[in-house]
Amino acid sequence: MSENTARTLIRDARILGGAPQDVLIEGGTVARIGGALEAGSDARVVEADGLVLLPGLVDLHTHLREPGREDSETVLTGTRAAAAGGFTAVHAMANTFPVADTAGVVEQVWRLGRESGYCDVQPVGAVTVGLGGRQLAELGAMHDSAAGVVVFSDDGKCVDDAVIMRRALEYVKAFDGVIAQHAQEPRLTEGAQMNEGAVSAELGLGGWPAVAEEAIIARDVLLAAHVGSRVHICHLSTAGSVELVRWAKSKGWQVTAEVTPHHLLLTDELVRSYDPVFKVNPPLRTEEDVLALREALADGTIDCVATDHAPHPHEDKDCEWGAAAMGMVGLETALSVVQHTMVETGLLDWAGVADRMSFRPAAIGRLAGHGRPVEVGEPANLTLLDPAYRGEVDPAAFASRSRNTPYRGRELPGRVTHTFLRGRATLMDGKLV
Amino acid sequence: MKRHLISAADLSRDDALLVLDTAEELARVADRPIKKLPTLRGRTVVNLFFEDSTRTRISFEAAAKRLSADVINFSAKGSSVSKGESLKDTALTLEAMGADAVVIRHHDSGAPHRLATSGWIGGCVVNAGDGTHEHPTQALLDALTLRRRLVGGRDRGLGADLAGRRITIVGDILHSRVARSNVRLLTTLGAEVTVVGPPTLLPVGVERWPCAVDYDLDAVLAKSDAVMMLRVQRERMNDAFFPTEREYARRYGLHGARMARMPEHAVVMHPGPMNRGMEITAEVADSPRCTAVEQVSGGVSVRMAVLYLLLGGSEPAVGTRTTEENSQA
Repeated sequence: MSENTARTLIRDARILGGAPQDVLIEGGTVARIGGALEAGSDARVVEADGLVLLPGLVDLHTHLREPGREDSETVLTGTRAAAAGGFTAVHAMANTFPVADTAGVVEQVWRLGRESGYCDVQPVGAVTVGLGGRQLAELGAMHDSAAGVVVFSDDGKCVDDAVIMRRALEYVKAFDGVIAQHAQEPRLTEGAQMNEGAVSAELGLGGWPAVAEEAIIARDVLLAAHVGSRVHICHLSTAGSVELVRWAKSKGWQVTAEVTPHHLLLTDELVRSYDPVFKVNPPLRTEEDVLALREALADGTIDCVATDHAPHPHEDKDCEWGAAAMGMVGLETALSVVQHTMVETGLLDWAGVADRMSFRPAAIGRLAGHGRPVEVGEPANLTLLDPAYRGEVDPAAFASRSRNTPYRGRELPGRVTHTFLRGRATLMDGKLV
Repeated sequence: MKRHLISAADLSRDDALLVLDTAEELARVADRPIKKLPTLRGRTVVNLFFEDSTRTRISFEAAAKRLSADVINFSAKGSSVSKGESLKDTALTLEAMGADAVVIRHHDSGAPHRLATSGWIGGCVVNAGDGTHEHPTQALLDALTLRRRLVGGRDRGLGADLAGRRITIVGDILHSRVARSNVRLLTTLGAEVTVVGPPTLLPVGVERWPCAVDYDLDAVLAKSDAVMMLRVQRERMNDAFFPTEREYARRYGLHGARMARMPEHAVVMHPGPMNRGMEITAEVADSPRCTAVEQVSGGVSVRMAVLYLLLGGSEPAVGTRTTEENSQA
């Protein structure tokens, strides 16, 4: 094996933002933590003075596009982007071509992830055949496959039929699965192009009302309570949705929720540019929503940050708004946006970031070996971040195959310098290994 | 003036008055036996129409031709656009042909804005109607008509704005680019605008517009100096925006009895094409208070003024003969 698997000593790292300590990685696990550890002559030394050490980040919501849309991303390029962003595990969404609705497709994606070596790829299975919303996919077969699917989602489409949703929630109880709902009432969002409100009224773009998200969330938390199952709300985007999830959690129901980095920072005012780089589903909302989402992430109502990394080829964004695809890449900017919106605002400390970007998403996905505390004996899935860094986002430097970032030219803080997957460096000094 | 005309919001009060006053000056050309001015000779104006609109296209075409510009009509139907060519590639083609101005009509809100800001073309962009967003030259010709009718006088209101005039816009505000542009422009010109329609056809967020909102047409008629009736597509009924055509006409249509409740000087406007029997009865449409035909003729003058001001630079619009004409008048 290469020297990459040898012992690594990380010197003076601030674990979860705490006092500087040395961390010795050996054989894929954290071997020792303490002051002034001896490296030994065969160990690689990483000087981490001023850097924050976090558990490897876990993304519950990534579009890797393979199979089918390799022009926008592949498992290899997507996992390289993940490693560059500090992630050691990503959940690959099911809306590929073909759809990941069989054991065969989820195993293919899982294998491609293993071959890439940059980050663990945990496939998400479709809830319904072809994301059609009418017939349950073979959820059990996907769970029993080598991919071991736990999270099921028709993401991109809402499981809008209440009976199908109920049955899916009930069915996955047999293997502790979870349904991740893309909450979007389809009739209320026909022709929807942006958040419905003052800005859409001016711009003359079809409105995507908050109620279309909230109505589905209200229904689904009630269904989850009724059948005693787990529901996860994808990319929650409105202040009203926060209230609903807060209420459901106060009842003790098994409801979890995620928020994307872009919904923590950007608002629908940006749509005034008609630049499709800001076109995303669910759409960018208002300042009031952004502040409610930050607060909910801080108090734990929202469990985790998930990127909804959605690569698109240039031509699908280099056009008029109405013709453009929805979605933004996010893996390589997620931690910076969270630092900017949550840490530098005092809403979360680094322990909180570790919880929302690693511990909780791994727990929701029942992902073994990830989202573990930085302690002796734990798998060495680790991320080092330079929080003092300031720089403009340069899409040309992305590892992702796509460049559709809303942050082009925007100054964001923080830079991931190192990522370790089971002790092996996937990112060293900001460069992919 | 800005370099493009995308939204009525691009026009300050002074810009808008400059367009209107220039349009009045140019309107006199239409009374001459030879209606052509050499102002834009050698310039190329492309009418890029992704949506059928014969009326607007021929209005822009007449305007450009009267200023001696070379006019190219590019209709998306039957062209490479219908075979999947992107707006970008179409724009690059027009740029290569040396278009000095592109007049664009597009079914997507924001397409003219994209064209003007993407760097695909170097020429001026004039929005001839985009989706449910804006139609600024329609608002300008409406303002021209309003000024002639409500301010009037021998000089047809030259130099005047619409301060204090009460304008009511009625109908499908939600889907209307005409309404959006008019609310902006007429407000800029000092008018007090009220939009009226069934709540289903008023956008969420309309309360932030610089105008009043009412659901009751009868309540506002007596205090309107002008009532602008918008075309209402019958198909909206199928999306449950209103129950039936008959009910729409009963509650929001303008008929003779309603018109009689308007002040004596008040006018009825319609951007066309009219749905007679739906938003307006034949009696009202054919009455002398209805300005629909005047609006069309004002349209050519306003579009001449816009093209001249965007392309013509510092030369006088009508040239030296203007002074002769003025002395004759």
